[in-house]
Amino acid sequence: MPSVGLEHYLVLSAVLFSIGLYGVLAKRNAIIILMCLEIMLNAVNIALVAFSRYVAPTLLTGQVFAIFVIVVAAAETAVGLAIIIAIYRRHDTIESDKIDLMKW
Amino acid sequence: MNLALFGPELTLTATALAVILLDLFIERKGLLALLSIAGLIVSAGFTVALWGTSEGAFFDTFAVDSFALFFKLLFLGIAALVILASTDYVSKFERFRGEYYALILLSALGMILMSATRELISIYISLELTGISLYVLSGFLKDAKSTESSLKYLLLGAMSSAVLLYGMALVFGVTGETQLDKIAFAVYSITLGTASANPALILGVVLLIVGFGFKIAAFPSHMWVPDVYEGAPTPVVAYLSVGSKAAGFAVILRVFSTAFALPDWLSSSWGVIFAVLAAIGMFVGNLSALPQTNIKRMLGYSSIAQAGYLMVGLAALGAAPFAGVLGQSGVLFFLAGYALANLGAFAAIIAISNKVNSDLIDDYSGMIKRAPVLTLALSLSLISLIGMPPAAGFIGKFYIFSGAVHSGLLWLVILAVINSVISAYYYLRVVKVMWFNEPASDEKVPSSGALRLALLISSLGVLLLGIAPGPVLELARNAANMLGF
Repeated sequence: MPSVGLEHYLVLSAVLFSIGLYGVLAKRNAIIILMCLEIMLNAVNIALVAFSRYVAPTLLTGQVFAIFVIVVAAAETAVGLAIIIAIYRRHDTIESDKIDLMKW
Repeated sequence: MNLALFGPELTLTATALAVILLDLFIERKGLLALLSIAGLIVSAGFTVALWGTSEGAFFDTFAVDSFALFFKLLFLGIAALVILASTDYVSKFERFRGEYYALILLSALGMILMSATRELISIYISLELTGISLYVLSGFLKDAKSTESSLKYLLLGAMSSAVLLYGMALVFGVTGETQLDKIAFAVYSITLGTASANPALILGVVLLIVGFGFKIAAFPSHMWVPDVYEGAPTPVVAYLSVGSKAAGFAVILRVFSTAFALPDWLSSSWGVIFAVLAAIGMFVGNLSALPQTNIKRMLGYSSIAQAGYLMVGLAALGAAPFAGVLGQSGVLFFLAGYALANLGAFAAIIAISNKVNSDLIDDYSGMIKRAPVLTLALSLSLISLIGMPPAAGFIGKFYIFSGAVHSGLLWLVILAVINSVISAYYYLRVVKVMWFNEPASDEKVPSSGALRLALLISSLGVLLLGIAPGPVLELARNAANMLGF
């Protein structure tokens, strides 16, 4: 039975990243878009940790990078949710295709 | 490690925290603006005191060199001008004035860190520090347009930082390093053959370009620009249009000239990518700006085009990374001139829109009779943005384009010159409306002393850089020389 190697993690990461990207582009609900952004960032974390384990196993650079990404993602989500609340108060909706005061 | 190397950043952090704290006790909020500017001046003083040093700090993740110091002075100046120009605007806020100044200072902190870092993790952190503060600032008015612009800015910003991170992860995976100079060392031995068999490096570099492109409002990631420019508070737009763009170019110049300058096939590939993006970006920006009726939105599209001109410099760098620093010093000089011109334009727009309550170009008719000083300054800024002498924009464009010709990119320079001509139409239309159309009323447009000061500094700066560019060019050349050529 073949063991799990670097490429398996990378495929998982690429698939998750693509799912997240699709969600960001196709979904309408702002909260779901934020969740898809989280999926994208976590896909990156998987890649980082896997690279760290297989490419530079003596250093923990990749793991440290992933921890920083998690922290920044939390901050970004906090700001994002606050903005969504402000949007809901003004527009009475968080559907992104109905928030369209400014267009070409 | 010598903490003095970190003096400008520490000062800025302390000032931002002090502003938030004092906001709780002080009734006269004007003092907060004074305190912020004092902090910026002290920070600039530390920066000047560090002039000439070339050292690394924090395990070499953080460079103190003439490149970083040039950009630090630029960002501190930008933040100070924005605060001067926004005192009027902010006095209308009922609450959160302290937070406004603190957020400006914090994003300035992020920008000066961006110009100094030479390590992927800290690049990401400082990029996000800038970005998150700006997301909040652009929603500061809390009205329908402002919140909408900040949501769009946040979602697209977070998406492009995820793309950027994926690129960083791939580069880390190929090289096993996050330090830029060590990445350069690992990349050096990769041949075109191995890279085509295992395209992770190429994919990583492309994703980095797309991710950084968001910050500089460059072509594939430019969708947020017009909406955020239209909806966000005008001083914030002034700030992010110049600060975010200059910081993005600082990072791109450092990353690409340090980590990916060699081997030759790599630098020429990203050079071609930048050249194509520059060409498309210039046309998209300028052609979309032509029919705009809102002046802020028009400047948004113009900023996409300006990013295109600046990327001509990056394309020249990629085509011939060791041919000298003409193009790169041109990019630095252009950024300084662009910052002054754009800040001047937006300062005038803040004052005028305060009075007429509109950003429509038609409402600027006859402004020369209602606000002669503002009109003069705005016209000068627009002339600099076109790139006509005697303003700073001309010298900047001249150096970038001659650098590109030296690197054999004549076709791109021809396209850029055609675009400059297109852009003259929509910039001059505003000038024409202001000077020759009949005013809608005779009421004068008032402006505060602080705003006039900001306007005076930026207009004088634009003229000075245009007439006597020598000293700043020398600084820019020294700074560009630092980038490991």
